[in-house]
Amino acid sequence: MAPVSFTLNGKPATVDVAPDTPLLWVLRDTLSLTGTKFGCGIAQCGACTVHLDGVATRTCVLPISAVAGKTVTTIEGLSSHRDHPVQRAWIEGDVPQCGYCQSGQIMAAAALLAKTPHPTDADIDAAMTNICRCGTYQRIRAAIHRAAQGSVT
Amino acid sequence: MSNRPVDRRAFLQEMAAGGLLIVATATGCRRVQDDLRRIAGRTDTPEAGGPPLTPAVYLRIGTDGDATVIVHRSEMGQGIRTSLAMAVADDLEADWSRVHVEQAPGDEKTYGGQDTDGSHSIKDFLVPMREAGATGRAMLEAAAAQQWRVPVTEVRARNHQVVHTQTGRTLDYAALVPIARTLPVPPRESLRLKPASEFRFLGKEIPGVDLVDMTTGRARYGIDQHMSGMKFAVIARPPVYGGTVATLDSSAAERVPGVERIVRLDHTPPPSAMMPAGGVAVVATSTWAAIQGRKALAITWNDGPNKSYESVAYRARLEQSVRGSGHVGRKQGDAARALGRAVRRVSADYYLPHLAHAQMEPVSALAHVHDGRCEVWAPTQNPQEARDGLAKLLGIPASDVRVNVTLLGGGFGRKSFSDFILEAALLSRAVGAPVKVVWTREDDLQHDFFHTVAAEHLSAGLDAHGAVTAWLHRSALPSIASTFGPGVLYQDEGELAMGMTDLPYDIPNIQVEAGPAPAHTRIGWYRSVINIPHAFAIGSFVDELAHAAGKDPRDFILGLLGPDRTIDMANVGVTGKESNYGATFAEYPIETGRLRGVVELAAQQSAWGTPLPAGQGRGIAAHRSFLSYVASVVQVQVMPDGSLVIPRVDIAIDAGFIANPERVRAQLEGATIMGLGNALSSEITFSGGRVVQSNFDTYRVMRMDASPREIHVHIVPSDSKPGGVGEPGVPPTAPALCNAIFAATGRRIRQLPVGNQLSKPERATPVA
Repeated sequence: MAPVSFTLNGKPATVDVAPDTPLLWVLRDTLSLTGTKFGCGIAQCGACTVHLDGVATRTCVLPISAVAGKTVTTIEGLSSHRDHPVQRAWIEGDVPQCGYCQSGQIMAAAALLAKTPHPTDADIDAAMTNICRCGTYQRIRAAIHRAAQGSVT
Repeated sequence: MSNRPVDRRAFLQEMAAGGLLIVATATGCRRVQDDLRRIAGRTDTPEAGGPPLTPAVYLRIGTDGDATVIVHRSEMGQGIRTSLAMAVADDLEADWSRVHVEQAPGDEKTYGGQDTDGSHSIKDFLVPMREAGATGRAMLEAAAAQQWRVPVTEVRARNHQVVHTQTGRTLDYAALVPIARTLPVPPRESLRLKPASEFRFLGKEIPGVDLVDMTTGRARYGIDQHMSGMKFAVIARPPVYGGTVATLDSSAAERVPGVERIVRLDHTPPPSAMMPAGGVAVVATSTWAAIQGRKALAITWNDGPNKSYESVAYRARLEQSVRGSGHVGRKQGDAARALGRAVRRVSADYYLPHLAHAQMEPVSALAHVHDGRCEVWAPTQNPQEARDGLAKLLGIPASDVRVNVTLLGGGFGRKSFSDFILEAALLSRAVGAPVKVVWTREDDLQHDFFHTVAAEHLSAGLDAHGAVTAWLHRSALPSIASTFGPGVLYQDEGELAMGMTDLPYDIPNIQVEAGPAPAHTRIGWYRSVINIPHAFAIGSFVDELAHAAGKDPRDFILGLLGPDRTIDMANVGVTGKESNYGATFAEYPIETGRLRGVVELAAQQSAWGTPLPAGQGRGIAAHRSFLSYVASVVQVQVMPDGSLVIPRVDIAIDAGFIANPERVRAQLEGATIMGLGNALSSEITFSGGRVVQSNFDTYRVMRMDASPREIHVHIVPSDSKPGGVGEPGVPPTAPALCNAIFAATGRRIRQLPVGNQLSKPERATPVA
C-alpha cells in the first residue's frame, strides 16, 4: 500500500489502499461517496461512470494507482446546486425510475455534451452505452437533446 | 401552491423558486436523522412541540403541520412512494410542499400486505391511503370547529388550512394538531372521500418525491448502506442448485489483505424456497478485499443431481411434454373433436428460454445481529417475509427483528426473495459485527431465481370463413411452486391463469393443458411472470391464424374477441382462487370491450394499415394481465444483414382509474424496453447444471442503440377500479415484435431470443 493523491470534486484527496483497488470501491467504501454505483465490475454497464480529467470513465476496472495526480468528478461533485444542465434536464423529463443507473447515465451524458455540445441521435447511441433495466432510454435521449438546446427551464 | 389543478410546469417553476428543493432538502435531512437514530438504536421519531397527530398508520402530522406519509410498499422505480403520498395528500387537502414520505419497516400486522409484487399496490391501497388522508382531514376540521365553536358543517379543509366558510377565517394545520390529536379517530363509515372532480394530485402530473435525490447521487439503496464497524462479505455459492462444498482450502484467501474471516454457510437441500444457497463467505474490511479473498478460495463442490441440467436437452424434453396431453386447466366444448372437423388446422410450437432479472442493483443487504435482536437494511420487495424468515432462522421473535426497506435499484421480482438478507444475518451473527453482503453481477446472474423456461404448443381449427372453432393450448414449464415444495411437476392454477385459462376469445371449443416439467434450478417471479411465455405463444399464434385466414391481424383479434361482453370464468369452470390475480371474477371480470378498446387505440395511434417502406412491418398483440388491458403495436425495420431497427412502438393501456399518469407512462415505456430486450437478446442457459452466462457481456439486455426511437403510451381514461400497471406492458410486446418481423420479412420467429436468427437462412420448419 502506498498513499495515492488526487483531486476529488475539487478538493484534494489521499487514500491508502491496495493499489489494485478499483476507484469505484475507493469512492464507495473508503470515501463514503455512494452516488457512484456498482453494476457489473467489468466496465459493461456504466453505473460506475465518473469524470477522470473530464472524460467519462468506468471506475469498476480503474485501479486507484492509475488515478494518482488526476482530477475525479463524481455525481456528488457535478454541480454545487444540483443545477448542471443535464441534472435539470433529467428532473424536467422525470427520467429516473428506480434511479440506480442514473448517476452513471448523467455523468456519461455530461461528458458527451462537454465534448459534443449538439449531439445527434447517432452520437447519443455511441456515447450512451450505459445499461438501464427500467428502460428510461427514450427519456435519456430526450433529456440530452433538451440539455443540448439549452431549453431546460 | 393554491387549490388548483397541479400541472408539472407549475411544479417546475416552484422548484426553480426553491419550493421542491426545500422538500428535497428536508427529505435529505430526514435521512440523516434516520441514520443517526439508527446508529443510536432508536426508531421513534422525536417531534418538537409535543406528539404528532396520527390519524392512521399511514399518516403522521407534526406540530409544524407537515404531513408525513408512511409508505409500506417498496419503491423500485414504479413511483409508489409518490403515488401513495398523492392519495393521502389529496384527501388530506394537503399542500404538497408540506408532504414528506417515510418508508415503513416490515410489519404486516400494522401496515397490511407489503409484498410489492403482482402490480397491486394501487389496486389494494389507493382507498386505504385516501381514507388515511380523509381521517386526518376530518380530525383537523373537527379541531377547527371546536376552536371556533362553530358547527363542523361550516368548516372546510383546503390546502393545509381549515377555512370557516361563513367568515373566511383560516387556521393552518400546524395550529390545529394540538387539538386534533385529542379528538377521537372518526369511524371509517363516516369518512367523506373527495369526488374525482376535486382531485388536486391524483390523476395529475406530479414529479416523483425521489427525483432530485436520484439525479444527485443522494438516493440510497441497499448496497449503499453503511454502519460503523461494518464488515463486507461476498460469498462463493454452489454453482449447481442443491450443491454443497466438498473440500475447502481457504489458506490463500486468509492471507489476502483485509480478509478477516472465512465462514461456511449451511446448505438447504432443494426445494430450498427463500433460504440461502449456502457456500463459503469471505468477510473483509472492504468489498474489494472480500472479492479478492473469494478469488483465492480453493473449493471443490459436490454438485448433486442437478449437475445433469443441460438447456439443449431440456428443451427437447419440454417439447416432448407438449406433444402429449397434460393436466387439463380449462375445458370448454370439445376441442379435439372440433379440431378433427375443422376445414383447416394450424399448429405451432414456441420456445422461450430462462431469463435473469439483472436489476441494476445486485441484491445486497446489511444486517446487525446483536443481543438477541436483528436489524437489517435491505432493498426488499417483501419485508414482511424477510422479517418472518429472519425470526425463524435466528430463533428469535419477529418483534425482535426490524427490516428497514431502502430504495431498490430495480426489483422485477428478484427482491421478493429474502435469501440475500438471511445471508447477511447469518454472517453478522457469525462474526459478531454488522455485515453487508454484496453480490457481484456474476453472483446475481448465476444464482438468480430465474424466469422459467417454456415450450408452448398451439393448435386451432378454422372453418370455411376463417373463423376459429377450436383452440388447444399446451404449455410445459417448470413452476415457481417447485422452488417451494417437493415433487412439483406442473404449473399451478395461478400460472395457467396468466393467459391460458383466462383466454378471453370467443371460441366455442377450448382446451388448455399443462405438461410435466421438473425444475432443475430455482424458478422465481420475473416481471409479468408466466404471462411472458403464454402471451408470446398466444399473441404469435393469433397472428399466424390471421395470416392463415387471410385477414388483417388487428381485425382478426377484434373478431376473436367477439361482441363486447363481461366474462366470469367460473362459467367455464375456471374457479380457482388464484385464477384472477387474487381477485374474484365478480370483482374484476374480463371485459372484452376494454381489450377491444386498447387494440383499436394502439392500432389507430400507430397508423395501422398505412404503407411502410420496404423492409418494415408492423405487428400487433393484446393481452390482459394483472387485471389490466394492454395492446402493443411494434414497427420494425429488418436490415439486409438481419439486424433490426425499431422506429416506433405504440402501447395502449386500460388499467382503470389512473392515480399517477406520469409514472404509468414511464412504466409502460420501461415494460416495452424490457419486453423487447427479453425477446431480442436475453437468454440464460445451463450446461453441467451451471449457468453459462456470467455478466452483461454474455447476458444481453437492451441498450440505448437498440431501443425504439419512439415509444408512444396511450392511456384509456377510465373510472373502473384500478388494475395493475408495472407488469401488464411486458407480455404483448414480444409477440407484437415478432409479428412485425413476420410482416416485414415473412419470417416467423417461434423461439426466443430472436438473436441472430434473421441473419441466417431460414430453417425448413415442418408444416403441420
